[in-house]
Amino acid sequence: MSAQIEYKTEAGWRRWLRRILASEFFVLYLTIAYVLCLSPWIPYFWSMGNLTDILSNTWPLLVIAVGQTFVLIIGGIDLSQTSVLAFASIVGAALICTSLEPYIFSKCVMWGWIVAEDGGILAHSTAGFVLAIAIMLGCGMFVGLLNGISVAAFRMPAFMVTLVTMMMFSAVALYLAGSENIMHLPDEFVLLGDSYDLVSVPMFIAIGVTILAHILLRRSLFGMQVYAVGVNPMASRISGVPVRRVIILAFVISGLCAAIGSILYTARFEMGRPTLGATMLMDVVGANVIGGVSLSGGKGKILWAVFGVLFFVILANTLNFLNLSFYTIDLVKGVVIFGAATLDVVRGRIAQAS
Amino acid sequence: MDDTPIFQCNGVGKAFFGVKALDNVDIELRRGRVLGLIGENGAGKSTLMNVIGGFFPQDSGEMFLDGKPYRPEGTLAATKAGIGFIHQELNLFPNLAIAENMFIDDFPKRGPLIDRREMARRTTGVLKALGMDFPPWLKVERLMPGERQMVEIARVLASDARIIIFDEPTTSLTAKETEKLFVLIGQLKEEGRAIVYISHILGDVEKLCDDLVILRDGGITAAGRCGEFCVERMVASMIGRDIGSIYPPKTNKPGGEVALSVKNLSQSGIVSNISLDLKKGEILGIFGLMGSGRTELMRMIFGVDDYESGAVTVDRVPIRRSNPRDAIDKGMAFVTENRRDEGFLQSYPIVDNIGLVYMRDFIHPLTRLVDRKRVAGESVRIAGELKIKYASVDRQAVKSLSGGNQQKVALGKWLVKRPKALILDEPTRGIDVGAKYEVYNIINDLAAGGSGVMVVSSELGELMGIADRIVAMNRGEIIQVFARGEFDEEAIMRAAFRIHEDGMRIGSAS
Repeated sequence: MSAQIEYKTEAGWRRWLRRILASEFFVLYLTIAYVLCLSPWIPYFWSMGNLTDILSNTWPLLVIAVGQTFVLIIGGIDLSQTSVLAFASIVGAALICTSLEPYIFSKCVMWGWIVAEDGGILAHSTAGFVLAIAIMLGCGMFVGLLNGISVAAFRMPAFMVTLVTMMMFSAVALYLAGSENIMHLPDEFVLLGDSYDLVSVPMFIAIGVTILAHILLRRSLFGMQVYAVGVNPMASRISGVPVRRVIILAFVISGLCAAIGSILYTARFEMGRPTLGATMLMDVVGANVIGGVSLSGGKGKILWAVFGVLFFVILANTLNFLNLSFYTIDLVKGVVIFGAATLDVVRGRIAQAS
Repeated sequence: MDDTPIFQCNGVGKAFFGVKALDNVDIELRRGRVLGLIGENGAGKSTLMNVIGGFFPQDSGEMFLDGKPYRPEGTLAATKAGIGFIHQELNLFPNLAIAENMFIDDFPKRGPLIDRREMARRTTGVLKALGMDFPPWLKVERLMPGERQMVEIARVLASDARIIIFDEPTTSLTAKETEKLFVLIGQLKEEGRAIVYISHILGDVEKLCDDLVILRDGGITAAGRCGEFCVERMVASMIGRDIGSIYPPKTNKPGGEVALSVKNLSQSGIVSNISLDLKKGEILGIFGLMGSGRTELMRMIFGVDDYESGAVTVDRVPIRRSNPRDAIDKGMAFVTENRRDEGFLQSYPIVDNIGLVYMRDFIHPLTRLVDRKRVAGESVRIAGELKIKYASVDRQAVKSLSGGNQQKVALGKWLVKRPKALILDEPTRGIDVGAKYEVYNIINDLAAGGSGVMVVSSELGELMGIADRIVAMNRGEIIQVFARGEFDEEAIMRAAFRIHEDGMRIGSAS
């Protein structure tokens, strides 16, 4: 009671601040405030070229982060998404590339049966192209399945399992490609990364995946079960939730989303890269955490991941303008993430108090 | 041996959140004597010992050690004062060595460093005195439960305790180890130490103790020389509660058909060869002490835990082993003993909890999406039926409800559909009298509506108030089944304690 009375006598601006801090749109407000504060210093920010750049960086990261959200909500973490990016990128590019330079690739393991001088075995046909896309998605789901089974059936910690699969499949990607980029991708594939100013193919794919994920998580039986498992696996099991299946599926979705992200990146860069995503781990997990998705499970929304990704991309973009060296950028990023994490704790307290 | 008490409690009282756990308790301990302390679960035994052991201070009354006022600041102060505590659950660190466990709160030091040689020397000395020849650096996880118990005792001896409290020391011991322990307690007595022995096994108490104090609801109901008590008198003093208006009138009528049937269920070391039938419309009470296997049995029936052999059927349909979903689909429901950890999703609102079990039934046939409006409607209906007091069904976290209301949510999620067989494990533990009455009412209504209800409780009075039959369990076996007409507190208690008509304890640990 006393808290309530205090609440009412509070100064207007404090109440206002409290409401903003407790809002689930907080990160969005923060992003807008950040942009407004910085735009006088960086006039170029609002240029069409830069906005296009920001958006094209947003879409693939969004898809990957949305997949990560599922695993975070069940109380896990998926570090192996970055390796799926590289693994699927190399496998897909090898299958559909239209030509390869023998002096670079003749020593690579795929030479002679999957790839040859005239490209991959699935190149030059529409059916082959579709199959290759399916195989790329399959790569992601396979890694996810491996993670999920290890965590759910063998009760291994998600951090350890996905750390190992991250190392393994990053290595596999490098091994398959002989540490080289695979170029000469067909036009219809490159189209998947195409953009016309602000509107792009990745935009439609990313928004589609995000909306689908949102509906799956908030409105489907599976989504309800994901939250229940994340909060309390034992209570869920007793209430008849197929805990293992839910955990495995969450990891498969995470892998699948990483594979979709891989397709978008591979198309945009017009090459299969064995090191694709190697530095993206922090961005994916960080975006979720900044958005408010809990690392201990049970708490999170797709919308929060969207805000987190937006914040992250805009932060990186603006820091690039300030002509900072790469380590200064990382330093600033670190400070900002720390600040966001601190604010999250404060917000948690406020939410609890009210 | 002088006869002045080494330790005294005068009028000690302690309350938790307004509930009296101890009320005006007096005890005296003398050198070379064993004081038996008995009472039902929740009678206040552990609270009393925790006050003496310095876990928390008493609210009223005084304690004296050697005639001087005794007010321990914490457990370490109690240990320093010469009070040793041997806990019911073993309090050892399995990942550490015996010697490290012995001195965990007071390592011998040479300068700033721990003197490992001194540790080994003293450990070996104490172990030898107890007739054990383990190397001091052996990890505790390599020891059998009985051996661990001995290490725990060794630890207390190493601190040179003059008063030693044993809290249910034999629950994890074999018969042989128990015998060894009694010889040891005899030795400690000879050395002039004062001993408190807490146990549910009344035969042991009778054999071992010199004096006796019996607690019920936080107060002493009887005390005196142990020889003045027979087992019957102990039981009579432990129980005895007015049954009447605490329970709603029974309106259920057990039918002829079987709702739930358990055949020859066994899991080695936990339950052996359990067979029982729960009739439609019947309330079946399961009574047993902690460690009798009652909770484990329920978890096996529902499929939370696995079992080695046996069969469970609901309405004649077999239930798959270790598969709660199958049990639910075939009409079973289960409210667990530990509702905080297993009963519900604490940080989520009532809607998510009530919808959890039968969420499938709220899926729209075309869109395959959950119809949250219908879930909310159903939650409001169930919350109303169970008289759950809430502020909001979809905003308020369940953990902010009172204990009784939390329990009703844990129960309510099973009532979206009428269960054929409902298992309730300690459904009224830790909830107030009013909420208890409402839970009894719900149980009665469910049975009256044709569900079979199985209620596990360590409160015998409660089972006698609501059940049609009571099954008494001990050490994983069904000892006896009592029909409502032949309910007799002492007889049921005797069965649960495994005491024959002549007062002897039968079937000791194997």
